[in-house]
Amino acid sequence: MAEISLKINGVSRSLDVPDDMPLLWALRDKLNLVGTKYGCGIGLCGSCTVLVNGSPVQACNIKAAALQDKEITTIEGLSPDGSHPVQRAWNDEDVPQCGYCQAGQVLAATALLARTPQPTDTDIDNAMAGILCRCGTYPRIRKAIKRAAGYMTSPGGES
Amino acid sequence: MKRPQADNSPDTGGQMDRRTFLQTSLLASGALLIGVGHADTASGAEQAGESWAPNLYLRIEADNRVTIVSKNPEAGQGVKTAFPMVVAECLDVDWQQVRVEQAPLDDRYGRQVVGGSRGTPDGWDDLRIAGTAARQLLIAAAAVRWGVQPAECSTANGSVNHAASGRTAAYAALRGTAATLPVPEVASLELKSRPEEFRLLGRFVPGVDNPKILTGQPLFGCDTRLDGMLYAVFEKCPTFGGKVRSANIEQIRALPGITHAFVVEGTDNLAGLMPGVAIVATSWWEANAARRQLKIDWATSHADSSEEYERQAAALKEQPGETLRADGDVEKALGAAVKIVEASYYYPFVSHANLEPQNCTALFHESGKLELWAPSQYPKGGRQLVAETLGIPEDRIHVNLVRIGGGFGRRLVNDFMVEAAWIAREVRRPVQLQWTREDDMRHDFYRPAAWHHFRAGIDADGRMSAFDHHFISFGRDGKPVSGAGLSPDHYPAGLVPNFRLRQSLIETHVPTGPWRSPGHSAYCWAYQSFFDEVALAAGRDQLDFRLDLLSRSFGEPPLDLARTSGTLRVAAEKAGWGRKLSANRGLGMAFHFDHGGFVSHVAEVVATGNAVHVEKVWSGIDIGPVINLSGARNQVEGCVVDALSTAQLEITFADGAAQQGNFDQYGLLRINQAPEVECHFIQSDNSPSGLGEPPFAPATPAIANAIFAATGTRIRELPFRRAGISV
Ligand code: FES
Ligand code: FES
Repeated sequence: MAEISLKINGVSRSLDVPDDMPLLWALRDKLNLVGTKYGCGIGLCGSCTVLVNGSPVQACNIKAAALQDKEITTIEGLSPDGSHPVQRAWNDEDVPQCGYCQAGQVLAATALLARTPQPTDTDIDNAMAGILCRCGTYPRIRKAIKRAAGYMTSPGGES
Repeated sequence: MKRPQADNSPDTGGQMDRRTFLQTSLLASGALLIGVGHADTASGAEQAGESWAPNLYLRIEADNRVTIVSKNPEAGQGVKTAFPMVVAECLDVDWQQVRVEQAPLDDRYGRQVVGGSRGTPDGWDDLRIAGTAARQLLIAAAAVRWGVQPAECSTANGSVNHAASGRTAAYAALRGTAATLPVPEVASLELKSRPEEFRLLGRFVPGVDNPKILTGQPLFGCDTRLDGMLYAVFEKCPTFGGKVRSANIEQIRALPGITHAFVVEGTDNLAGLMPGVAIVATSWWEANAARRQLKIDWATSHADSSEEYERQAAALKEQPGETLRADGDVEKALGAAVKIVEASYYYPFVSHANLEPQNCTALFHESGKLELWAPSQYPKGGRQLVAETLGIPEDRIHVNLVRIGGGFGRRLVNDFMVEAAWIAREVRRPVQLQWTREDDMRHDFYRPAAWHHFRAGIDADGRMSAFDHHFISFGRDGKPVSGAGLSPDHYPAGLVPNFRLRQSLIETHVPTGPWRSPGHSAYCWAYQSFFDEVALAAGRDQLDFRLDLLSRSFGEPPLDLARTSGTLRVAAEKAGWGRKLSANRGLGMAFHFDHGGFVSHVAEVVATGNAVHVEKVWSGIDIGPVINLSGARNQVEGCVVDALSTAQLEITFADGAAQQGNFDQYGLLRINQAPEVECHFIQSDNSPSGLGEPPFAPATPAIANAIFAATGTRIRELPFRRAGISV
């Protein structure tokens, strides 16, 4: 057990965690940030995807204690009112079915669009292939990413 | 203990001769409540009295918003959005005025199940009655207020208008008057039923839970957080049904963060509380870390294996089996056939693999009351199971319904509920039981494997004159296990003059259960692939052969021929069936009918050697009027992706245990492999049916047939890789 400090969604939080506790469980069980989901625990499904300094990272696969000087963004912090262009596009295309995978999908898409504002289908495949959707919302994820790209280029864009 | 039926047990109402009642009241909050309820005709009179409680509610609030209570669990099938849309349509309110509230499990609501694509057909009448009656009542209230005839009034966006005098009143302003008026007669209500009458239905409406999903608010079962809550894992025997002889409990209790560790003796019910060891800790991570130190001596009583199943299936093939249906004379017709086509098909066991692994949160109050937060598709069955196993009366158990991270039939079985309840009663603290992915995959209720041996005779007109089918699947005590049955009335029975269906069963100890479109999701592929072979042998075009097959019946038709053909024609036309393709491309088709829905698909694939990419699927769908266009399309797209995914997967057994545990061995489809899906709905005024299942079954054969067209490889065994095909 050690006291660590994490910067999550712009806020510094101190917490007591076992040394080897992955970020996923620190978020869910210690901080009650339950938007980040458990799907496989071994880096295969991407349900637990968060952003660390803007890049997608699997929270089940990285120790919380190793992230003390990093900026962590979880789905709760993307924009609490759902106004981020990716969130808006996700709603407007009505991507979710069960919704369980969608936090990971939204964050991975956010990172992709930050790097590649106008992604091709291949860019989308490469950036998103790590995140499973059991319900099969892939066709909509593709559309939503393109829609979000549009929202981002026309500020205050149509919704 | 009684073994609960995992299969079609979640079933009440619908068939009964019912009377529908309406009730209104003004609540303390000032809201006007309108309820719809049922009573069977015999006891209707008494039930409509004092104690009668409606099973569907809507409330008109003081701020002119409308609250609609959603009674069914939501697992991604879209019911929580679609149902309120129906009420809003009939009530004539703006969608923005509508608020949706999730109901807990409550017997007054009647059937509260996600399964069998039954939500939509079951709810259709009640929802329309509630909305239409409320609107009529509000019009009557305005007419009284203004001293005019109701017929002179109209409604729009939550207001009643009187055009002649220019008067208008918001629904909320009419609550008081409405509550004093007699409720309309149900029989007198004119319910909207035709797509051309709809204003909101049929539109693309995003899900009501999207704002929470997209901002990560607590919504799912595993998101439940209670004061002082502990976290649990539960280790069961890898060999199904194994019992605990002994375990190193003391050692586990000493590990960091562990608050409790104990043996659960359990029962013999594979769908109930199985024996195992519970470990409880202050965080789930610690509970699961301690589990790695766990040493259990298990007592097992079987060693079922896939290899052994295969040996038995091969032996049974040579036996006659039990004849389930025989029309005409199959042997004679085969003897007279111009050509005989013979082929065998096999599909494996598969897992549901819901992305949210099974979990449940439970709190046992000192008063003896038990409270559960359960992602269950069939919470009532879960409450029953908990009551029986723990000896707690059902009325002392309260079940909160939480959003479900994928159902697909897995959560019709409530083993996770009884485990959580048992553990919570032991520890007397709120507890969340969270299964690992491996628990989930190794303790599923699998879709059973089966072998289909077909022989078809082709007559001089190129038609199927005989169809002989030997079906080998799994059983217990001489009956097919849950999810393994095949109806003797399933097509092509009734579509060919000479038909025979024989069945043989292999004894199994593996838990099985309903898996999205139970049975259909598997055998449709076998039938529709074999039809392809027969059409080819008859030298006929696939579309022409199928439409011809659907053009006549022998005795009772096994499905609505016109509606089925309609979907096939639409899919074929939109896909450009018959167009010229380059050599490495192929189109394939299939039709099907299940759970009230008619769906045909045409798939296009492009091949590079044996690596294929499914580019696009065109779907023709007839489910009556579409309620939410977004939800409907989402289900079609999801079913197609799921079908392609599942056709790459298998669960195998050795030593009585499942051999796959996580996505490295059970690799669900990824975005780069997913096709584009184009939906074409045939709108009709047949009552609507659900879409969570019907688009699945025909997707696998449409794709497999397209792969044959593109590569010349006929897939007769799943997963595809058995035929050397990768996607
Ligand atoms: S839970 Fe982290 S990748 Fe699956
Ligand atoms: S929406 Fe259910 S897993 Fe993606």
